[in-house]
Amino acid sequence: MSVINQNKTEKGFLSSIADHPSTDEFIKGVWRENPVFVQVLGMCPSLAVSNSAKNALAMGLATAFVLLMSNILISLLRDFIPKQVRIASYILIIATFVTVIDYAMQAISIELHKSLGAFIALIVVNCIILSRAEAFASKNTVGKSILDALGMGIGFTFALLCIGGVREILGSGSFLGFEFMPDSFEKWVIMVLPAGGFFTLAFLLLIFNSFKIKNNRA
Amino acid sequence: MSEHKQTENNPQGNDKKMVIAMGSIGLICALLIVLTYQGTFASIEKNKAEALEKAIFKVLPGISKTKAFRLNQDQTFSETNATDPKIPKVYAGYDSIGQLKGIAVQANGKGYGEVLNLLYGYDIDNQKIVGFYVLESKETPGIGDKIEKEDFLANFKAMDAALNDDFTKIKNEITTVKHGEKTNDWQIDGITGATITSRAVGNILSMSSNQWMPLIYKNKKSFLINDKSK
Repeated sequence: MSVINQNKTEKGFLSSIADHPSTDEFIKGVWRENPVFVQVLGMCPSLAVSNSAKNALAMGLATAFVLLMSNILISLLRDFIPKQVRIASYILIIATFVTVIDYAMQAISIELHKSLGAFIALIVVNCIILSRAEAFASKNTVGKSILDALGMGIGFTFALLCIGGVREILGSGSFLGFEFMPDSFEKWVIMVLPAGGFFTLAFLLLIFNSFKIKNNRA
Repeated sequence: MSEHKQTENNPQGNDKKMVIAMGSIGLICALLIVLTYQGTFASIEKNKAEALEKAIFKVLPGISKTKAFRLNQDQTFSETNATDPKIPKVYAGYDSIGQLKGIAVQANGKGYGEVLNLLYGYDIDNQKIVGFYVLESKETPGIGDKIEKEDFLANFKAMDAALNDDFTKIKNEITTVKHGEKTNDWQIDGITGATITSRAVGNILSMSSNQWMPLIYKNKKSFLINDKSK
């Protein structure tokens, strides 16, 4: 009896967290409105730099950082920025944080910076960031914007890591650089090439959508 | 009428507000960038130096140590430890018994997008370029960045860079030709679809080789290390 009671209270506690509006702000980006798998935004980096899990992780974290910082600053300045110049201001702010992460990445590892190449600079035009600035941070409090950015950032990183992981395991027989496949494993070279990115993305979208349809039915 | 007046009055107020807003956001952003630049400068320089050292080993096969030499005002070379990037420098590579294997030279120029920063290895005795490495490039992914791939690098395994008879310039200018039309050792087999980037590499190498190789050849002796002092 007591076990059931405990279970009930635990369930109650969990669902109260899940129902809490601020948790929802966070969860929606990770899962329900995942930027890659549901909103299908930011396709360019998710296809281009996901040829290995390491690149995908670095790209995801860099984008999450820019998203978080720009969301905070834009949310802080939301009453100060006139409507007519808001997009220009957002781009200026986003570009600044991209420059910051560009320097930071060079300071962490030149090799990583080199393997991501021009894609770091291209975070500026990642539509996830501008869309969160315009659709969320410019209308909500700093706290909510932080949660939103964290959720979307983690969701993006998660999606990239999924794609990168599948491509690296099948294409190079390793994960995050650790080779674990037996020597007899024939590497699927196509997975590392651009075509492999499309295949993997399509495959993951299929899985994600079948989850969604099941949930909707239930 | 009153509406008309309002729209006439408002823009001025708005203009001022917009300028102030954009200006102050610009200031905040500039401050952030400057702070990050200052904060990361030391570690970026350190990382770049390490990456350069690794690259020197790649462009000069078979070496086991390197030394940096600076170009002095009187066109001679002397050993240096200076890290100031403004000082023109080349890097000599030696094998395990201290014999000079070649000189690594850094060369910059405009690529398709931004600056291309290249490093190549020059074998003085055979007057050949023996290695090539891209230190920094922002070329188009999938097109221009093919200059870092094996097929293109094969051009620089033993590229002819012989000097003319009075050792003042390169006898056969290094040039980029269309893919598949390479007939001589001083030509670079270009990349289809990345014409501008491949030509840029040719131009940069041609300029740099004409500038450096006669100097290096003339001062060949200053790169030899005295084994007794070690």
